[in-house]
Amino acid sequence: MVPLPETDTATETPALPGDALRDGIVERLRGALGDALVDTLVKPNDDIWVRVSTAAWREAGFAVRETLGCDFMSYLSAIDWMPSPFGRGEEDPTEPPPERATAIVQGYTGGETRFQVLARVYSTNKHFGITLKADVPDDSLVVESWVPVYAGANWHERQAHEMFGISFAGHPDLRNMYLPTEFEGYPLRKDFPLLARIVKPWPGIVDVEPLPGEPESADGEATEEASA
Amino acid sequence: MTDLIDRQRLSYIAAQAADARLNVELETEGMTLNIGPQHPATHGTLRIIVRLDGEQVVWADPSAGYMHRGHEKLTEVRTYPQITTLVNRIDWLGSFANEVPFILAAEKLMGIEAPPRAQWIRTIMMEMSRIANVSLFLGDLGVQLGAITPVFFAFRDREYVLNLLESASGGRFHPNFDRIGGLKEDLPKGWIDETHQVMKKLRNFCDEIENLLFGNEIFQSRTRGIGVIPREVALQYGLSGANLRASGVDWDLRRDQKVGLAYDKADFTVWTHPDGDSFARCWIRLQETREATKIVDQLLDTMPAGPIMAKVPRIIKVPEGEAWVSTENPLGEMGYYIVSKGELGPFRVKIKTASFSNMSVAPWVLRGVYVPDIITILASLYFILGDIDC
Amino acid sequence: MIAVDLPYWAQSLLRVLGGMVAVLLPAGTIVYLFLFKMMSFMQSRLGPMEAGPYGSMQLFAEVGKWLQKEDIQPEKADARIFKMAPLIVLVSTFLLVAVVPFGPDAYFTNFDAGVFYMLAVSSISVLGILIAGWSSANKYSLLGGLRAAGQLIAYELPMVLAVIGVVIQAGTMNMQGIVAQQNAGEIFGWDGLGNPYILTQFVGFGVFMIAVQAELTQAPFDMPIAESELVSGYMTEYSGFRFLIFFIAEFATAGVFSLIASVLFLGGWGVPFSWFSWESIDDVDDWMNVAGPLIMFTKMLGLTFLIMWVRFSYPRFREDQLQRFAWKALIPIALVNIMITGILKVAF
Repeated sequence: MVPLPETDTATETPALPGDALRDGIVERLRGALGDALVDTLVKPNDDIWVRVSTAAWREAGFAVRETLGCDFMSYLSAIDWMPSPFGRGEEDPTEPPPERATAIVQGYTGGETRFQVLARVYSTNKHFGITLKADVPDDSLVVESWVPVYAGANWHERQAHEMFGISFAGHPDLRNMYLPTEFEGYPLRKDFPLLARIVKPWPGIVDVEPLPGEPESADGEATEEASA
Repeated sequence: MTDLIDRQRLSYIAAQAADARLNVELETEGMTLNIGPQHPATHGTLRIIVRLDGEQVVWADPSAGYMHRGHEKLTEVRTYPQITTLVNRIDWLGSFANEVPFILAAEKLMGIEAPPRAQWIRTIMMEMSRIANVSLFLGDLGVQLGAITPVFFAFRDREYVLNLLESASGGRFHPNFDRIGGLKEDLPKGWIDETHQVMKKLRNFCDEIENLLFGNEIFQSRTRGIGVIPREVALQYGLSGANLRASGVDWDLRRDQKVGLAYDKADFTVWTHPDGDSFARCWIRLQETREATKIVDQLLDTMPAGPIMAKVPRIIKVPEGEAWVSTENPLGEMGYYIVSKGELGPFRVKIKTASFSNMSVAPWVLRGVYVPDIITILASLYFILGDIDC
Repeated sequence: MIAVDLPYWAQSLLRVLGGMVAVLLPAGTIVYLFLFKMMSFMQSRLGPMEAGPYGSMQLFAEVGKWLQKEDIQPEKADARIFKMAPLIVLVSTFLLVAVVPFGPDAYFTNFDAGVFYMLAVSSISVLGILIAGWSSANKYSLLGGLRAAGQLIAYELPMVLAVIGVVIQAGTMNMQGIVAQQNAGEIFGWDGLGNPYILTQFVGFGVFMIAVQAELTQAPFDMPIAESELVSGYMTEYSGFRFLIFFIAEFATAGVFSLIASVLFLGGWGVPFSWFSWESIDDVDDWMNVAGPLIMFTKMLGLTFLIMWVRFSYPRFREDQLQRFAWKALIPIALVNIMITGILKVAF
């Protein structure tokens, strides 16, 4: 286990982070990472988002731990930005499926790929947290593992691997966390259907009341957005 | 015909030989024992594969997932109000506390803030679910160690809190009371006085447990110095809640962040303990239960009047964006990362549960302990299966 | 026994029936009174209330339930030994009760070396527990059996040493003689209470009760069973009739050990002889043969109450702490007790 460096800890409880603290954080991180820091977003009175380049994912972890003093690992996961081709499973299966949007649009701090890894860390003495994101290249879904940075990333990466199919290079023991070993497919991907809505048609199709406040449409079915 | 019998006989002999080889191997390497998935000590269907050398653990490997219900996938097909019902069931002992971070994250994205009375009541109910959850832990701790009596007291006194929750929301275990923008409805008449009485009873219960269990020499010798988790290891593995504070880290999300709850209006102590052993974790939870009763008493006395629901549209469409809110739940830090695309339901919800991280330290901490200590350490780490396999 | 000349076979039959009653009646009473009712009241609940008035028939219901269950055993278990194990444990209880005197003439046998026989025979149950754990082909049972081996053998010694103090003070190993000595004795010249050895041998009494608690694998010494870890330890694979035998043996042995403790320390079946101006055991009236068992029963209930009370209150020791307690604490204390008893016996 890598020992943590001595951080300058204040003994009294510091005030909750104001925006001055947040701006300084991004500057310090940019100083440590340089070009690898691709995009940032600081929402006032809210939170910090930071996107780093894929090759610098582990380096960003070390930077965040040592330069910013973030010693507490909260979680590590992934997001699949492709809109679900199944919608919410609330359409009548006898009707042809409606048109759905298929454009991949990323969220805060942008991105270029379908998958992104997402991690959140805290600093327990300065009382702030920072969310990091990185693209996962579409052709080979591999990023570096964060296990050398935070030992607790072990289980989180196993879960992200089995749910999304993203490999973590350098992980000591990448096997399934929740799913049985012979499971095929990656459940949290958007193109993996939620079988509960496919095996049995959604009961609301038969007798859909319009949501309160919506105009009743001609054939009594609720109008709703079909794209995910 | 004889061909089939010969093949069967050959495969039978081969199986026996493999068995014998395995037995010979095992005799030199120790015994592999499966604790669970059906076992009185694992709170639910957790399976821990341990390799023993006599009574000492050589390595341990928790295998979770027997109760994986796919919450994150299910949220993608539901609307926001429906998700509140779903999320109640993650930590089923303190279930109101599961709804709160989700609702707060959705409110953050929508940019609305619940009215003060709703914030007060949310905080009170959150502390009450903490009391309900942790009082069961205190009783269960006795059972894991062999004292079979405290658990009945725990269930009896927990009933008072559950009755209060039921009278306010209609549900003992799954209140489903929180709504985006406020609460479902206001408190019934006489609830506040009743709650004061119940908090007194629970303080008595804490004293009882302290005398019966914590003061017992056998309990002390079973828990002191067992399963020491140093501060750095706790931080790296992301332990949260009482586990982290027992290792000496002064980190409490109730005090250290500002969300839409009324914690800054109450005066409470955050307990830490330098030891990091099982006794510290158990003791801190006892103290936190007492603090929770004091918080509830204070907030009840200062509760403002007013509406309990902000102005929200009937159909809730959360604008596009991402938000993260985490709160200090009974088990630790629970948070929701909501990715919204402006629809009726979220695009992706990442549910970060406390017990997942709390359990991830098990392979590290269970090396070299005795078999009875496995039970003690797991009991003191206190996880709930629904929380691990979210 | 009774002042009637019975043929030998009739006497033997009566002895057998009496033995069964002496073992099963305490077991049944203890199970209902303490396990079902006292434990429930201590845990703020009512216990069984359905079967019979206030649940008094619950024991019969349970016995009937267990008797009609299928007799299964694991495939890999060693069948003959697996079936033998519960019987061995129960047999040792019956053998123990053979030396306990219930009245001046109400006894099964009157060994001169009754105490020696009692201590020797009580170790037979260890064998039963060991082979139950080993033959079950179950890793949990194996762990329970191994723990039991260490624990039960370790706690034999304090028990023996505690009893030696009584033997020194009484001057005889005959159980009937010990009872007579206590009830005919006097404390500093006052014979109102007799001389129950609990007053002088209180250290021995404490050590004996603790050792009995460990011999019965009751909490805080129930590592071999350890319900929250080993599910039932050596009893895991037993069900139906065989489990019933283990269950009855556990509580019957508790009752029998309490009987023995009341004989050794509380004056047995007697009341102080001075109350009725009896001089020695030959003077005791015949109605004492009827009152004696009742008095013994009461004393047994008192001691079993202690055992059960501790069982429901304390968490359990870990195996190494348990062993340390036996070897490093109880045995030295018992040895010191013997020394002091010997010195005082010679001096006075």
